[in-house]
Amino acid sequence: MQPSGWLQLAVYVVVLAAITKPMGLYLMQVLDAKGRTWLDPVLRPLERLTYWLMGVRADHEQDWKQYTWAMLLFSLVGCLFTYAILRLQHLLPLNPQGFGPVSPDLAFNTAVSFTTNTNWQNYTGESTMSYLSQMVALVIHNFASAATGIAIAAAVVRGLARHTTKLLGNFWVDLVRVSYYLLLPICLVFAVALVSQGMIQNFQPFTKAKLVEPMKIQVEKKNDKGETVKGADGKAVMEEQAVTEQVIPQGPMASQVAIKMLGTNGGGYTNANAAHPFENPTPLSNFLQILSIFAIGSGLTYYLGRMTKSQAHGWAVWATMIVLFLAGALACWWAEAAGNPIHHHLGVIAADGNMEGKEVRFGIFNSALFATITTDASCGAVNCMHDSLTALGGMVPLFNLHLGEVIIGGVGAGLYGMLVFVVLAVFIAGLMVGRTPEYLGKKIQSFDVKMAMLSLLILALTILGFSAWACMSQWGPPDPATHALTDGTNNSGPHGFSEILYAYSSAVANNGSAFAGLSGNTPWYNTTLGLAMLFGRFLMVVPIMALAGSLAQKKLVPASAGTFPVTGFTFVILLLGTVLLIGALNFLPALALGPIVEHFLTAQGKLF
Amino acid sequence: MSHKPPSLFDGAIVGPAIVDSFRKLDPRAMITNPVMFVTQVGALLTTVGIFTASADRGFIAHLAVWLWFTVLFANFAEAVAEGRGKAQAQALRRTRVKTMAHRVASGGRTEDVNANDLRKGDVVIVRAGEVIPADGDVIEGAATVDESAITGESAPVIRESGGDRSAVTGGTRVLSDEIKIRVSINPGEGFLDRMISLVEGAKRQKTPNEIALTILLAALTIIFLLVCVTLKPYGLYAGMVFSVPVLIALLVCLIPTTIGGLLSAIGIAGMDRLLQHNVLAMSGRAVEAAGDVDVLLLDKTGTITLGNRQATEFIPAPGVSEKELADAAQLASLADETPEGRSVVVLAKKFGIRERQIQELPHAQFIKFTAQTRMSGVDFGNGDGVGRRIRKGASEAIRQFVTEQGGHNDTTVMDKVNDIARGGGTPLVVADGRRMLGVVRLKDIVKGGLVERFKRLRTMGIKTIMITGDNPLTATAIAAEAGVDDFLAEAKPEDKLALIRREQTGGRMVAMIGDGTNDAPALAQADVGVAMNTGTQAAKEAGNMVDLDSNPTKLIEIIEIGKQLLITRGSLTTFSIANDVAKYFAIIPAMLMGTFPAIAPLNVMGLHSPTTAILSAVIFNALIIVALIPLALRGVKYTPMGAAAILQRNLLIYGAGGVVIPFVGIKLIDLIVTALNLV
Repeated sequence: MQPSGWLQLAVYVVVLAAITKPMGLYLMQVLDAKGRTWLDPVLRPLERLTYWLMGVRADHEQDWKQYTWAMLLFSLVGCLFTYAILRLQHLLPLNPQGFGPVSPDLAFNTAVSFTTNTNWQNYTGESTMSYLSQMVALVIHNFASAATGIAIAAAVVRGLARHTTKLLGNFWVDLVRVSYYLLLPICLVFAVALVSQGMIQNFQPFTKAKLVEPMKIQVEKKNDKGETVKGADGKAVMEEQAVTEQVIPQGPMASQVAIKMLGTNGGGYTNANAAHPFENPTPLSNFLQILSIFAIGSGLTYYLGRMTKSQAHGWAVWATMIVLFLAGALACWWAEAAGNPIHHHLGVIAADGNMEGKEVRFGIFNSALFATITTDASCGAVNCMHDSLTALGGMVPLFNLHLGEVIIGGVGAGLYGMLVFVVLAVFIAGLMVGRTPEYLGKKIQSFDVKMAMLSLLILALTILGFSAWACMSQWGPPDPATHALTDGTNNSGPHGFSEILYAYSSAVANNGSAFAGLSGNTPWYNTTLGLAMLFGRFLMVVPIMALAGSLAQKKLVPASAGTFPVTGFTFVILLLGTVLLIGALNFLPALALGPIVEHFLTAQGKLF
Repeated sequence: MSHKPPSLFDGAIVGPAIVDSFRKLDPRAMITNPVMFVTQVGALLTTVGIFTASADRGFIAHLAVWLWFTVLFANFAEAVAEGRGKAQAQALRRTRVKTMAHRVASGGRTEDVNANDLRKGDVVIVRAGEVIPADGDVIEGAATVDESAITGESAPVIRESGGDRSAVTGGTRVLSDEIKIRVSINPGEGFLDRMISLVEGAKRQKTPNEIALTILLAALTIIFLLVCVTLKPYGLYAGMVFSVPVLIALLVCLIPTTIGGLLSAIGIAGMDRLLQHNVLAMSGRAVEAAGDVDVLLLDKTGTITLGNRQATEFIPAPGVSEKELADAAQLASLADETPEGRSVVVLAKKFGIRERQIQELPHAQFIKFTAQTRMSGVDFGNGDGVGRRIRKGASEAIRQFVTEQGGHNDTTVMDKVNDIARGGGTPLVVADGRRMLGVVRLKDIVKGGLVERFKRLRTMGIKTIMITGDNPLTATAIAAEAGVDDFLAEAKPEDKLALIRREQTGGRMVAMIGDGTNDAPALAQADVGVAMNTGTQAAKEAGNMVDLDSNPTKLIEIIEIGKQLLITRGSLTTFSIANDVAKYFAIIPAMLMGTFPAIAPLNVMGLHSPTTAILSAVIFNALIIVALIPLALRGVKYTPMGAAAILQRNLLIYGAGGVVIPFVGIKLIDLIVTALNLV
């Protein structure tokens, strides 16, 4: 844990804190149908035209049900649109490689993945997707799913800020304004900044380069029919293959990376994602990318404070998130810096810690930081292999996912997820001050508790339920007798279990990063992961919107000395406690069977 | 008097409570409490497990026993709370059994019937020395009534037909005279009967916060059920077979059994505490609402001030000594029978003026105070002070008197008069013939200790509003002296109602106390309306609480009890959830140790073996319920502080304490279990 790491961490937090207020103030304008920005001269006519085309009345606000239906309808149409293109790509233009239709289960998985802001990728883009599929079917969701998340957060905050009304805003207006005024302009600037760092932005064909040092790799031996040849032990026979050439991908990368990070989408342009030299060329580009992951989510806490006229509350929520972020980042960094105990036992002093699966350019600190941030938020972009993190280092991302990604979180999703915990914290501790619990002057009653708990229940049910199902399925555990691995997992023991748990946690939390090691592109995993992503996004959002609708209708109780304080140090501690006790404890037994056991076994020299 | 609470574990209550704990195992009753219902099902499955298991039968049997204890302890907590509440109510009710009543039948003759046969609308005659058979209103006559049976106050009170003192309560005794009473309730519907039904489990309705909390606890239970159910397949993946009893043990430890088991006891105990303060609540909702009160309406007279104004100062005119003024004021007040007049005589004594009797001055002609003349005084005929005409009264009346005597207005005196009025006092001018001698200052006397109580209310975030018929000037002064936050001057009954509505529209919860029929609409409108027992039946029906002591400052205690109820619930919920951390650390390593001995360092408590660890956690989980019964019944200590301070304190005690205590407790139990070689 070198000083440079500490310095970078400090710089990161300070810069993040500094951009929170300006971002929040800008969000105030963007998320107000009558808000004014300096982009109005250019974008206002476009905005009006869009409403006219969509038949939307901008001044017509919706109640929580209308808002939710609009959101669900939009997402459904978007999902079906993508599904259709993927299934029909062989009939559509821009398919020079002549790829066939994407299989039904993979198309379902992919369409859902992008609609839900997950960007879980069970496919390899360059060998599955036509240009049309990539550029239209998928990219559209990078904007739409991010805008949807921010819109929902805005509706929930309005529910808190307003009183005795049913109206929470207009989904279509929020969607359009967030896309036009927030995502597009920032992405434009951000992409240029990334290009300045050496990120590519072109339409050239892939480049082929001769390797300076040709190398040999082991591949499965195939017979004439292209089938894997299996030996007497049932395992595939390996043969040596010489590699002399390297294919270097090209394309409009900077523009894609900008929205991938800013919208916490995380779907990589290249398979190596942010570890690729083109996709993350310099330390500055790395810094800007992790900053952009938190930028909007952090600004939304300021928006919360502004809207509810309790800026201190906004900062308290922000502080809680940052404490959790720092705890995770430090834990992950510490675990990675400590390295692999087996190396220590062998007398190898790995001064750099655990470098397996890490990009040498980023090293321990920036890899650990990136892994923490990408799972704090629902980004899912990676600059190191999470599967190769040490057991405890890898538990940090997993833990972050289990909290429902409320540490800054996915754009919008992080805030509304955290607000569920706030409502629960206020309810439980609010009783302790001797009044019916009040959150910013709104009484928290049985309906609100029901909705808040329902969303937590769905999170736990989906992650734990699907993981349990996978464990019982033929794609789960290795054969008890032979210990032969199944079609699903590539690792045995606790590590294999972590891979399954991580996959469903990532899907439900709409993260999209993978622990890898899991053969996701099978009908079973495509379908169940797809369902997990759907439940994790939409089943969670409905009770939260109902909660917002209920809060909006309540009378405002004026504050007094007896009012429960939702600001300051005590509240931050309380919220931390609630997130950890109510959010995280549910997953402790599962974590015990995964990374925790693995950690202790690794210390004894066992690997998986 | 407040009824002495029975000691926490009174034998007369504990005995039946133990029987009740078993009776409450009826699943139809258990289902209303999801947490304990799940525990009971778990206990049942574990019991079955004793017989179906192939190994570890002794261990499973121990688990089963302690799981049943967990359920029984929770039932016991509820039963004890009910028992105490019932004992409290029965003590009040005991008086009214076997009373005979003289019912007035058609034709005017009376017939003797059992009090239990009286119906609403019946008219009964009660004579001196008899017990009033049922709640009702006096419709004819007046009597002194001994209400000590319900209020503990030994001084008899007067009950008379008409007006605001017509209500009588069954069980009280008429001491003198004869009254005719119209019975106002049917048997079983009296306030006491309603109160008793509130503390009896079967008929008890959950309050809004209790419902919300039950939902939270039920949802947590479902989540933990899921955690434990999915652990089975996870275990299979790792090649471990978790036995059902062990998973049930984990489940019961994780679900919030502590608060789940004590929740209803806390609610009942809240009612019980009110009863100890001689307050009958008509619903649990009202008790809870008391904790939420933002605004307190208090009548000035009788609540904030002693009943009447009193003379506090003599301010002589120039050239007049204080003693001279006091002497004249006393003479002028001898015939003034009003409390104000008497207070002048009392004050004069302090200036060495001997108290004189009217009889001592046979030649004097006393003029009594009347509302029309607004002055009293004395005219001397023969003997001492011949021709003196002394008057004391309202400044206007005296000025007129002086002018009539040929004197003129003394501006220095009139300045004093204005000063006093501005200061919230009432000035009385004393004149001797054509000469104004000075001014007597009458003041409302604010009851002792109120300033501190209002300050306490303010730290609790509660606004106090004084209601008075006085003019705004007087009201301002009294409000400042008593330390109330606001006042409503020159208030008419309908103003009170309007004020309550206005505050409620602003989102505030309003509490008030009242007695008169014209208070009824306001009592009904207020979120917490406390009717005084001496008040009219209409007032009692309109309110949601009745104060048997008819003590207007009781509202403050009621609010504190309401707050204490909510605080106790919140604190024990926090404690219960925080407990889970230690239980995880006890049970999870125990479950994994068999397959992964490497996990031993996770056994931070150093528990003896997997079986002792699991059993110790389950035992702790059961015993903590018993250990917390006294706290649940007594309530968490409430000291009036700001919300932030209370939160900090309780978060430290019940949050941090809730994390730490079970580590210690489970370790201790493990040592005992190991020493006894139980498993």
